This record gives sequence, C-alpha cells and structure tokens, in this order.
Amino acid sequence: MNENLTILAIVLGILHSGIRLATPYLYASLGEMFGQRSGVLNLGVEGIMLLGAFFGFFATFQTGNPWLGFLAAMVVGALMGLLMAFISVTLKAEQGISGIGLYLFGLGASSLLFKTMLGTVEGVSGFAPLNFCLSSVGIDSSFCLSQVPIAGDIVFSHSVMTYIAYALVPISAWVLGRTTIGLKIKAVGQNPEAADSLGVSVDRTRYMTVTFGGLMAGIAGASLSISLLNIFQENMTNGLGFIAVALVYFGGWSPWGVLVGALLFSTVNALQLWAQVLGLNIPSDVAVMLPYLMTILALALPIRRAAQPAALTRPFTRGEN
Amino acid sequence: MQKKFDIYKLIDLFIPILAVLAALAVGAVILLFQDANPLEAYSAMFSGAFTNKNGMADTLVKAIPLLLVALGVAIAFRGGVINIGAEGQLIMGALLTTWLGLQLGDTLPGWLVIIIGMLGGAMMGGLWAAVPGLLKAYLGVNEILSTIMMNQIAIQIAFFLLRGPMIDPAELEAGTNIPQSARLARSADLPRFTDMAKALGFTKTAEELGLTGFTAELYGLFVEPTRLHSGLIIAIVLAILVYVLLWRTTIGFRIRTVGENKAASRYAGINVKRYIVLSITLGGVFAGLAGAIEILGLHHRMFEPTAVSAGYGFSGIVVALFGFLNPLGIIPSAILFGGLLVGGDKMQRAMQIPQVLITVILGLVVLFVVSADIWVKRRATRRVSVEEPASPADPDPPPSNIPPAEAAT
Repeated sequence: MNENLTILAIVLGILHSGIRLATPYLYASLGEMFGQRSGVLNLGVEGIMLLGAFFGFFATFQTGNPWLGFLAAMVVGALMGLLMAFISVTLKAEQGISGIGLYLFGLGASSLLFKTMLGTVEGVSGFAPLNFCLSSVGIDSSFCLSQVPIAGDIVFSHSVMTYIAYALVPISAWVLGRTTIGLKIKAVGQNPEAADSLGVSVDRTRYMTVTFGGLMAGIAGASLSISLLNIFQENMTNGLGFIAVALVYFGGWSPWGVLVGALLFSTVNALQLWAQVLGLNIPSDVAVMLPYLMTILALALPIRRAAQPAALTRPFTRGEN
Repeated sequence: MQKKFDIYKLIDLFIPILAVLAALAVGAVILLFQDANPLEAYSAMFSGAFTNKNGMADTLVKAIPLLLVALGVAIAFRGGVINIGAEGQLIMGALLTTWLGLQLGDTLPGWLVIIIGMLGGAMMGGLWAAVPGLLKAYLGVNEILSTIMMNQIAIQIAFFLLRGPMIDPAELEAGTNIPQSARLARSADLPRFTDMAKALGFTKTAEELGLTGFTAELYGLFVEPTRLHSGLIIAIVLAILVYVLLWRTTIGFRIRTVGENKAASRYAGINVKRYIVLSITLGGVFAGLAGAIEILGLHHRMFEPTAVSAGYGFSGIVVALFGFLNPLGIIPSAILFGGLLVGGDKMQRAMQIPQVLITVILGLVVLFVVSADIWVKRRATRRVSVEEPASPADPDPPPSNIPPAEAAT
C-alpha cells in the first residue's frame, strides 16, 4: 500500500514537472512556427532566449516586478527578431548561418551582461504559482483548486507564464487557420511568387512573423529565469532553443503538433530529473542525453514531411522566376 | 579564357575584412559602455597575441584546431552541407585518441601511438559526422539541427566515460573524482617546436645569440621552450592538400558541383546523396583529427569535453567564412582568430573585461559576412546576364561565399 502511494506520488510529480517544463518549449516553438510557416528558418532562437532570460531576470531583479521582466524579455526578443528579419528578408542572407551568428551573439552578449552587471548567480522571486485560491476572488474560504486531489496539483499549481503558454496554442491555431493574416503567412511560405502577385507583401509578412518569433523566444528565455528556475546562469538554455526549432519540424508546423511535441519532450526531461532525484540506476549522463537523441529520431520520422512550407529557407526576390 | 584583372575580386577580398572591422567597432561601443577605453583594450589584445613569443605560441596553438575544424567546415559547406557538429566530432575524436593512447602507450613506440591515435581520432570524427550526413541524404533530416544534437550527445558520452570507464585511477584513489583520464605516456607527446629545434642543433637562446626586439621573440617562438607543437605543420600541410582536393581532383569538383546545384549534379550523373555524406564525413575527419592533435600535442589527457572543444566547432565556422571557404585563405584566417581568442584572454587579465566579448565579436563577424553576401550575389546575377556564363571547369571559387542550403529535401 505504502509503495503504491509512493509510485503514485512519483507519477504525479513527473506529470506536474512535465506540464511545467513545457513552458519554454511552447513559447519558443510557437513563435518559431510562425516564422517557418512564412518561409524563414530562424536558428538563432537559442541566442534570443539567452538574451530574453537575462533581460527578464535583470528587470525583475531591479524592480521586483516580474511583469516588467516579462516586458523586457519581449522587447529584447522582438528587437533580435527584427534583426534576424532584416538579415534574412532584406539582405536575403543564408538563414542557417545567420542563425548561428545570432546564437553566438546572444550567447556572448548575455554572458557579458551577466558578468558585468550581476557578477554572481542571484535568485529572484519571479512569478509565483497561482494555486487558484477562492480567497483571491473575494470568496471567504481557504480552499484552493490546487488542493483538489490528484488533478489539482498537476493542473492548478503553475505560474501565470505557464498558463499563458498553453493558452497560446489554440490562439495560434485560430490565427493560422481562421484569419486573413494566417492565410497570408501560409501563402507566403508556400508560394511567395503567387502571394506577391495577389498583392500580399512577402517582405512585410515575413518581417512580422520573424519579429514575433523573436518576441516569443525572448519570453521563452524569461520563462526559465523568472518563472521556472528564478535564477540566471551563463548559457542556461543549454540547447533548449535548438530543440524548440526541431519541435516545429516534429509538430508538422501545426500548433497542436507543437503542443504534443513540447509535452513529450518536457515529460522526458521530467523523467530524467526524477530518475536522478530517486537515484535510479541510470547514469545521469545517459539520461541527460535522451532528449537530444529523441530529437534526432523525431526529425528522422517521415510523418508530416509534406507539411513543410515549400519556400522554407528560400529568400524571395520579385521577378526572379 | 583570358585572365584579366578583376576589380570585383579585390572588393570581395575586403568584405570579410570589413566585417571584422565592423564587428570590432561594435565591440568598441560595448567597451565604451563598460567604461573601458576600446583602443587600450584592443591594443592589449593585439600585443598579448602577436608581439611576444609566448603570446604568439598561444596564438598558433589555438590556430591549429581552428585551422583543422575550419577545413572540415569548408569542405562540408562546399558540398552544400552546413556542419555545426565539429564540436561533437572533435570531442569524439579526442576521446578515441585518448583511449587508444592509454591502451597502447606502454607497449608500442611513441611515434606509432601518435600515428594510430591520429588515425583513430580522425576516423571517429568522420563516423560521428557520417550519422547526420546519412540522415540528411536519405531521410531528409536538417543537418544543422541533427549536428547540434550530436554535439550534446557527444558531451554526455564524454562525461559518462570520464566519470566511469576512462577515469584516471589517481582520481579514484584521491577521492576527488574529477572527470578526467590519466595522462598519456610521454613518449606519445607530439614533438614541440623546441624539441625539434634542439634535434636540428639550435641550442642557443636568443639572448646568447645577441638577438633583441621582435627578432628575438620570433626566434624564441620556434626555438625556446613554448607550447607550440608540430600539429601546426600537420595542419598547414593538410590545408594545402585540401586545396588540391577541392580544386584539382574529380572528387573535389563533384563535391563543389553538388554544393552549387543539386539538380544539375543529378542530371550530370553524380550520385548526389553519396557526395552529401562524403563531404560532411570528410569534414568530421578533420574535426576528429583536431581533437586527436589537441590531446597528443597539448592536453595529453582527456578532461571536461567542453573545455577540450573550447567552442572551436563554432569559431571554426567563423574562421572558414573569413577565409572564403578556401583552404589557403583559412590558414591566415585561423591565425588571426587564434590571436583574437588569445588576445581576449590577455585583455581579460589586463583590464578585467570579460573574455566573452570575443564570442559577441565572433557572432557579429558571422552576421556581417553573411549579410554582405548579398552584394556578391547581386553582382554575380547582373554579370551573368551580360557576360557569357563561366565555364564549369573554372578553377576559381564560385562567386558567392555561402553555398545555398536547403532545410530538408
């Protein structure tokens, strides 16, 4: 009986961490998805995330208000996205290598800022878990939704950043599937010449999606530094941004696919963390390796390859063809 | 076709130089924000890396892996494959070299251990690169993403081996458990320049010969005890061989053709998939060899994988781009960026400016070089419409410095 209870507790713990850890993947991958849908592969997500993580942390550290951190990460992310858009859309540079440049820049700049402006690893009180207590809406009761047995803790004990991330999934699906702007994005990524001939501005659409992708990557970084971990460290994303790019492929360029991928990866991450906590007989190095191995396997799966935007990584020049 | 002086070639030559200058200018602005004098910082960098024998030795020691990695990156780029995985390929090469060295060090003569170690490291790097190559060629997996994942996997494999099977027994005994291997047998050290100079009869120091100033430093660099080792010679010879491979052999021609235009290559009967795998595997061979030489020439043991690879996989890309993806251009490029890395270290010590500034500058160089490519391309298309198209056997590098890459085809 006791043993069953422990197992239940562990499973609940893994599910809870899984839902929580999907947050940065969701922000970064959903943003990246819009860029890729319009034909731009931004590989600099990792670098933008690091800058977002730093500025989000620094603003929160200075003001004590995590919402200002959220805002700072958005702004710096959008600026980096704008830079990538300028390089890949206006200057038509090779997207893969530009992304690596952006990554190196973000990695270096965030470390440099950390070293000169903070110096040591500090903690902040970022976004706290919400718990959904009735008292917070004026009802005189000490009851919180997070106290609901089993599901309560898994679903109702996350920070507001996590809930926003999940809310963005249906919103993204709606924008992409049901609005004019979504139609334009898809057209530009599928057949820019045709879109252009119908009066859709390819450049403006791509500028918009790539800047938005940067903004989301910035928030993704901040979700680590002011919501999940509440610290900033050099290179704290450690490849997460690259996995987020891969998740867009894995999710077949659809928001729901991205959600499935993000949850799958975060659950593997959670499993890995719990295996270490429990001292299971798996070398931690092998466990840490798992998400990366899975990414390669996921990329090799032939499912939904057809969904790839036809003009992905192809710069557009009017009158070329 | 008659060779004539081409002003555009001269302009192209200046693009990477302008890119570096622009990056340094942005770096200067960052330095101003840190309340540091940029001129002072940059002169500390330059004098630290290029004016005294130890600084120059460190610069060249860093140029060795940069040169080898950049050669690999260039071969792959020429074949239309973006290899971001040199970091992991270098680590895997270094691991196998260390293992071979530890196994064979006591039984075989040193020179044989060195040769086997280098071959093993190169092979391991090639194998590690062949995986993303095969995945790209046959399953359409984006090689940028897969090589980045392979890097992370290599790091974890190294930690796993260095904490368990390959750990230095002394670490276990002392209970410190630092993840590093034992030192390889001293007989398997790649000869240093000072050893070779001694064998050739140069035994006097610069002071004894009455040399002063920069001549003394230059003499000291090659003759007096510094860390400079013979890996430099191997790397430079290989750079020349890669030039011959790419521009004077059929294989090289096919690699470049596949990189330039896959459809045309297929039409010409080239097995495109095979050449994709070949170009990235060759790239991995060079990265693996860089790992082998780092172990045999410099570290003599394997330790924290990210400290051994030291970001060369990424800075090597910058070196390759700066050298026009041309092996002969990559030689000076590697020395320049080796100096930048060493200079960053000196600057940190002299002025307390974090060395990561160099990473920022590297990123900016990449962004500027790739961005400037639009001018080259624009002119190329304009010229094609006026002049007759260049003959396919034209031994000059293609007009664009960046090969077109596909996301997944």
